[in-house]
Amino acid sequence: MSPDLSALLYLTSAVCFILALRGLSHPETAQKGNVFAITGMVLAVGTTLAQPRMLAFGPIAVGILIGGAIGIAIALRIQMTALPQLVAAFHSLVGLAAVCVATAAFFSPESFGIGTSGHILTGSLIEMGLGSAIGAITFTGSVVAFAKLQGLVSGTPLNLPLQHPLNALLALGIVALLPIFAAAGQASVFFAIVALALALGFLLIVPIGGADMPVVISMLNSYSGWAASGIGFTLHNALLIITGALVGSSGAILSYVMCKGMNRSIFNVIFGGFGSAPGIGGSGTKREQRPVKQGSAEDAAFILKNAQSVVVVPGYGMAVAQAQHALREMADVLKHQGVQIRYAIHPVAGRMPGHMNVLLAEANIPYDEVFELDEINRDFAQTDVAFVIGANDVTNPAAKTDPASPIFGMPVLDVERARTVLFIKRSMATGYAGVDNELFYRDNTLMLFGDAKKVVEGIVKTFG
Amino acid sequence: MIPPLALALLAPVAAGLGPSPVTWELTVFVLAIFIGYYVVWQVTPALHSPLMAVTNAISSVIIVGALLAAGASHAAASQGFGFAAVTLAAINIFGGFAVTWRMLGKFRKRKT
Repeated sequence: MSPDLSALLYLTSAVCFILALRGLSHPETAQKGNVFAITGMVLAVGTTLAQPRMLAFGPIAVGILIGGAIGIAIALRIQMTALPQLVAAFHSLVGLAAVCVATAAFFSPESFGIGTSGHILTGSLIEMGLGSAIGAITFTGSVVAFAKLQGLVSGTPLNLPLQHPLNALLALGIVALLPIFAAAGQASVFFAIVALALALGFLLIVPIGGADMPVVISMLNSYSGWAASGIGFTLHNALLIITGALVGSSGAILSYVMCKGMNRSIFNVIFGGFGSAPGIGGSGTKREQRPVKQGSAEDAAFILKNAQSVVVVPGYGMAVAQAQHALREMADVLKHQGVQIRYAIHPVAGRMPGHMNVLLAEANIPYDEVFELDEINRDFAQTDVAFVIGANDVTNPAAKTDPASPIFGMPVLDVERARTVLFIKRSMATGYAGVDNELFYRDNTLMLFGDAKKVVEGIVKTFG
Repeated sequence: MIPPLALALLAPVAAGLGPSPVTWELTVFVLAIFIGYYVVWQVTPALHSPLMAVTNAISSVIIVGALLAAGASHAAASQGFGFAAVTLAAINIFGGFAVTWRMLGKFRKRKT
């Protein structure tokens, strides 16, 4: 295969990837987009295998078979609630693979046409060092994110002493080593860069709390793209550069969306330690003891049946309690009686961008009944019942009124404007942010205490 | 007097070769970031999870480098790292596309 033909096929593959992202602009075209992505990948792999410099295919076939079998087995078994940790784990593999490719290119530059062993082009050395550094950061950072999401380590934010100076020192070390590596190209310097980057990725993510994981996953998504671009520069492959840039900007946009959803800057997330501020929340010792109105399943059923419009506000607690299927049953009964049911999703409702939409879709809730915060927030004033299930901080009016609140300025759903708020909650404990929610004490709020799934099943049973 | 750096940069031009490959690659890179930026803002927020899964899968296109390392090199170290990278990237590619497929399959419209 001539270099020109390969380049054109790689270009076609890149176009397929762009069309894949384009397909995701609407649920109806999304699956077609996925087909484009798969086509692009097949084209990329096929073109590479048809290169005249390819010598051996045995190990490649074995690697693809093993990797493919593992990948498919995991993807088909994973629970939708566990998606965030799956994605984190997958990101770590991209990072590690990037480090492996850069290392291989260092030992065998001839196979990539970037010089001969010991005499690699200066530009390629810089790109190699940079690509492997980003890959290494992605790898350890994603492993930590995975461990936190999977609950292997505590999700509470840590504030290590000297954490920021140490990270700055590591980053400076990597930057300082790059020109040294470019000048001499010794293996020891290469491995020193990788080692520093591995440590940096670990230390960057360890202090970040569980509540910030949506931002962290998006950020690592972005890094995995930049790592791919870095490898593309090293190997002079336009396909890798383009694809890496697409993924990198996608992850960056998602990080931005998540940060905006929490009214925080990316620096605040990385350097913050959110939810660790002393003196707020805790086990409720300092909370004021105000009366709340408590209702039963019968009360809730009565209110829901007599409503004309209901907006459900689901949070991650709903998914933890596996209440989404019971919720859909309840919605079906109400819809049958002519009640309008809609769902309002806060940008950070789940543990990763768009997570809650997937969880609702899994419970067969049609996507055209599900709305984003901006689309539906104005409608609460004309809504009879706001049904809050497993969410808390994203409904807290203090974000709009109390400048002293840690969540002040965060966009919230205006549920208190609905005629009645039904608030399902396990107990009076605070949410992720450790802030009390004044919504509980309002006159138009009825608290339904208990496990989300049991409460909803109770309501469905009362409908009879 | 032309400074040496400018001379170095102009050398390929003088030889009729146009800009250096790195400049071309940077051009492609920057334009691709812009494409990514505009295309991704068009993605509906409801599909941000599948977006993440599919971008994760396509970033494993670094398998291209892994294949060359594993199959086009005589050096044992390169073959070893290449094989590892092929396997890791394959997990991502197959797993990423499969989980995207599963997720997207769940999105259904209201029955009318």
